[in-house]
Amino acid sequence: MPSGSMPSAMASWRPGDGVTDASLHIAPAGPAEEAGLRDYWQLLKPRLMSLSVFTALVGLLVAPGDIHPFLGATSILWIALGAGASGALNMWFDADIDRVMKRTRSRPIPAGRVAPSDALAMGLFLSVLSVTMLGLTANWVAAFWLAFTIFFYAVIYSMWLKRTTSWNTVIGGLAGAFPPMIGWAAATGGTPLEAWLLVGLIFMWTPPHFWALALFVKLDYHAARIPMLTVTHGRAETRRQAWLYALGLALVSVATAFSAIGGPMTLAVALALNAVFLRGAWSMYRRTDAESEADGHAVEKGLFKWSLVYLFAHFTIFVVEAAMGAYGGW
Amino acid sequence: MHRDHELHGRRRSRNFGLLGVLLAFIVIIFGVTVVKIRTGGFSEGFDHVARPSALPAEEVSQ
Repeated sequence: MPSGSMPSAMASWRPGDGVTDASLHIAPAGPAEEAGLRDYWQLLKPRLMSLSVFTALVGLLVAPGDIHPFLGATSILWIALGAGASGALNMWFDADIDRVMKRTRSRPIPAGRVAPSDALAMGLFLSVLSVTMLGLTANWVAAFWLAFTIFFYAVIYSMWLKRTTSWNTVIGGLAGAFPPMIGWAAATGGTPLEAWLLVGLIFMWTPPHFWALALFVKLDYHAARIPMLTVTHGRAETRRQAWLYALGLALVSVATAFSAIGGPMTLAVALALNAVFLRGAWSMYRRTDAESEADGHAVEKGLFKWSLVYLFAHFTIFVVEAAMGAYGGW
Repeated sequence: MHRDHELHGRRRSRNFGLLGVLLAFIVIIFGVTVVKIRTGGFSEGFDHVARPSALPAEEVSQ
């Protein structure tokens, strides 16, 4: 149970609600403000869900399976729902932190629109539903990995790593890396090397993507006592780590081009994407905070934007390669 | 509480949203069932049931 939560009756009381026994106004038990559909939608972290949908869809499309289109689309829906469930569980557990940080203060739980117990119930219900339905729709291998992903994000990342180690971004990013493998498993029932390469690509991409953002946005993790790398090891070390992960990312990226899901076209695109990414990461590594402040964090912002293009283009080229059939691949 | 209390108005959209989600869920379950039965995935390999994946393509299409 997140600390800092207040009893629902207290949370619902507002100045002017009337506190004498002469008042006929009875404040409804529960959160301060009635939650709308939009609040429950927000609990599912739609932005993260959209990334999961995209990467899972790519995993499903490039896998050498022949899943029926309707079952494929439905499987993606369950994967998205599972990602949303883990988001709701994360918001339930992190409500105390979310109240402290400006960026997250208006989320449904800290804003008092959704009761923490409702978010927990929703997260648990959707977790069970999504895993069961994916098992029945596709197969139990995919369902197992979806369950593992939810567990990893909600328990390993949210409840444990996020508050204890600066490795939180790196290891926590693994949860966001699993969807393409789940999509692959839904189509084929297995998780071969190529599926793991897709996982590796997102896993290596996450740290430089997030650290570039952390270097130009004033995230108040310090106030929330979250041990982010920029806080625990300093901004210069964050720049160095981002560069090292960018190098690792380039290696995994080129490896995918030589695997069964790659081909000459993937290699060409991967080389171009990585060349720009590495140049940006190197520039970010070699400069100081003073230089960064002077030009309005232009390099950091540029790298962050390119990281979004990078992931989208890289995953799209896998689909193009697969769609070309005999003309694609090596 | 009066029947037309404004709380009911606020909850109406939420209830209709939930109705939509439940209806979509029913349609999906129905669709998955139809596809599974048509492709024979459920019954494949069980007692006295043909295995579509073991048959030549022409026979499957028939």
